[in-house]
Amino acid sequence: MTLLDIRDLTIRTADGRVLVDRLSLTVSPGERLGLIGESGSGKSLTTLAVLGLLPEGMTATGSVELAGTQIVEASEKQLNGVRGRDAAIVFQEPLTALDPLMRVGRQLAEPLRRRRGLRGTELKRAVTQALEQVRLPEPGRIARAFPHQISGGQRQRAALALALACEPKLLIADEPTTALDVSVQAEMLDLVDTLVREREMAVLFVSHDLAVVARITDRAVVMKDGRAVERGDVREIVRHPRQEYTKALVGSARRLESALDVRSAR
Amino acid sequence: MTGVQKTGQAPEETGRTPGTSSATPAKSVESAKQGARRSYTLIAGCVLAGLIVLLAAVSFVWLPYAPDDTSGTRLAAPGAGHLLGTDKLGRDLFTQLMTGSRIAVEAGLGSVLTAALIGVSLGVLSAFALGWLDDTLAAFLDILIAFPTLLLAMLIVAARSATLGSAVLAIGLAQSAVVARLVRILVKRVLAQDYITAARTSGTSWPRVVAGHVLPNIWPTLVVNLALQFGLAVLAEASLSYLGLGAPPPNASWGRMLQEAQATFTTAPAGALAPGVLLVLLVIGVNLIADGLRDTLDPTARRRRA
Amino acid sequence: MTRDESEDRATAAAPGTPTPEVAAAPPTPLLALGSTSLQYRGSAAPVVQDVSLAVEPGRSLALVGESGAGKTTLLRLLLGLTRPTSGTVRFDGDVLDPRDRGQMRRFRRTVQCVFQDPYSSLDPRRRVGGIVAEPLRSLGLDTRRTAAPKVAEALERVGLPADAAERYPHEFSGGQRQRIAIARATVCHPKVLLADEPVSALDVTTRVKVVDLLAELKHEQGLTLVMVSHDLSVVASLCERTAVLERGRVVEQGDTAQVLGDPAHPYTRRLIDSVPRLPA
Repeated sequence: MTLLDIRDLTIRTADGRVLVDRLSLTVSPGERLGLIGESGSGKSLTTLAVLGLLPEGMTATGSVELAGTQIVEASEKQLNGVRGRDAAIVFQEPLTALDPLMRVGRQLAEPLRRRRGLRGTELKRAVTQALEQVRLPEPGRIARAFPHQISGGQRQRAALALALACEPKLLIADEPTTALDVSVQAEMLDLVDTLVREREMAVLFVSHDLAVVARITDRAVVMKDGRAVERGDVREIVRHPRQEYTKALVGSARRLESALDVRSAR
Repeated sequence: MTGVQKTGQAPEETGRTPGTSSATPAKSVESAKQGARRSYTLIAGCVLAGLIVLLAAVSFVWLPYAPDDTSGTRLAAPGAGHLLGTDKLGRDLFTQLMTGSRIAVEAGLGSVLTAALIGVSLGVLSAFALGWLDDTLAAFLDILIAFPTLLLAMLIVAARSATLGSAVLAIGLAQSAVVARLVRILVKRVLAQDYITAARTSGTSWPRVVAGHVLPNIWPTLVVNLALQFGLAVLAEASLSYLGLGAPPPNASWGRMLQEAQATFTTAPAGALAPGVLLVLLVIGVNLIADGLRDTLDPTARRRRA
Repeated sequence: MTRDESEDRATAAAPGTPTPEVAAAPPTPLLALGSTSLQYRGSAAPVVQDVSLAVEPGRSLALVGESGAGKTTLLRLLLGLTRPTSGTVRFDGDVLDPRDRGQMRRFRRTVQCVFQDPYSSLDPRRRVGGIVAEPLRSLGLDTRRTAAPKVAEALERVGLPADAAERYPHEFSGGQRQRIAIARATVCHPKVLLADEPVSALDVTTRVKVVDLLAELKHEQGLTLVMVSHDLSVVASLCERTAVLERGRVVEQGDTAQVLGDPAHPYTRRLIDSVPRLPA
């Protein structure tokens, strides 16, 4: 049984330009899949299509089945049933993911109240728990804060807490650490890794950074210009890339990294 | 919407990893198409406004009758002798319409030029101003915007006299505050761009930065706004003339024509309808031009090569 | 350079160079910060606190740190765009004085810069030729006509086609735009290139190419880089020296190999350990 089954997904703009071209991939329950690609590869659009969140004017054809629900051409009502419960998403920029005019705690309380039917003190405790789960210090203070009053790393943790609030079966992470500092990125990756393991969640992890993807996932799909050019075990892709593009990608990453090794070899 | 955070997220990654393959041919074809479609708006606007400008231009060299010729039958119906009939003093309506269009165009141009001159200078100045000067300028602009144009016009007329120039000065001053506020915001936005810092570190002086980078980059938005202000100025002048604060007789302003025809509207509607229709045509025309300019002046749509 | 040459040199070079050997006196730093601090009016803590750095010819310097470390403010100080609240910014041994027009002209010609965002650093309404020619024209080195061949040369040097000069920035990709910015910064043959995260906005494959280009310019044009970056691998590829910043202070500085290979400060160690690595 697969949790996410994408078959021949094609995404077009209003004027017929193809941005994602006959993409197929599957994610089983508890499995971690990486989606690697540079800008313009269509990887982010693919994640949006999984939740029926494509920008206006864009159309998807093919099949996206998420926990048994066909997402392509699903009604908004059907989609609302799926979002959050079956899959939730964390974006690159936490500042846009959180409502700037609402305190973090209230944003977190809303899905908890609706999905789990919690009220009053129980709800309050659940919010605190949710913030503690993502290892936020002083959950009480964070809950009372507005998004701009906490740091970028804390915001991304809050966004993660929001995504996890409804205990989704699939966590979609779209460049969740790209906007963060390296040391914050490392903590965030550890956190995602642990939380996903604890809850046996499946992950669709999107990034341009091979090393980051390899840190989280087992399998990966490499995308270029809307197409999947290579797929397989992440370690295998990094060690023995087969396609020209993947070779260039891995080569570039290796070149930069080797500079670090030569310097620090002393 | 629950665990899903739907926002104004761009379809592809933004910020940290902008594209290496951004300018795709298909995209440029699309915007070129859009540019062409939009320029119909511009053409339509130019035709409408051009009609009035043509009337105004012809009025300098030829008029059917002298503007103060009262020899016609009073309130004559439209016919052979008088194309649109005459007013209650026996003056030819079409003649008045022509001189009126001249006044309308002059009022629009004069006000907008005044507003542009004062507004852009003040706006650029206040964008650069710091501390108390910034506060003072901001307060001054706020007061000017809140000040009723009508009261301003009355004061100016009282200080000078009821002429077209007074009306234009009043309208131009009132509009300059709006323009200045817009320019201030636009300039501040441009000044925050890295290319301004790059220019500074290239040794470019502030005056050259303003002339070479700031003004060209605020120009499209500014021109569109000035075109809209032109339409507003024409309307404002008509209102002032209606109240007797505009160009004095024998110059027939559309506003005064409306006022004079008010009493006889039921018996001789042409006297009020004709200037009203022209007023609407001119304002619509100018607004269409503003709309069309908005898109043709966009640098990313213009001169794009696939 | 006149009478107090030796004295100036001594004071400017003293910070950050803990080897006071008399025999091999270090060359005059091109740029130097001496106990520089900057605090904005009304803010509680200084953005930059007691920073001493020296940029010596041929020894490219990386300023490493995370957001809020004061990297970009340091760069603005080194560019003469912000004045320090205390301490000095020296250029060629002399204190940088914005009112000294002659010195500023020399300074602008010697020190150029490249920004992080290749989209906001190029004026969208100017042709690439005009953009690249700006330093030449503004510094009064060239007229429009005499600038043209130099612009063509600079564009060629960064690997852009000859007809690029006639086009507008929006017709180019992010990597190409960064090349245009580099062409602008190198057209007047400066000695120092200050770069604020010059490749962090680019894709990995493009990033390597731009790093290569910068390395090439270093060797062929004798450029000294001063680079702000959070990406240690880029720093290691391009800079001989590294200074690590934490909350406005330099916590460690020295040869890049030394700093990255054998970090003395726990913060540096944490930064290095945080870099995600490819599976072996």
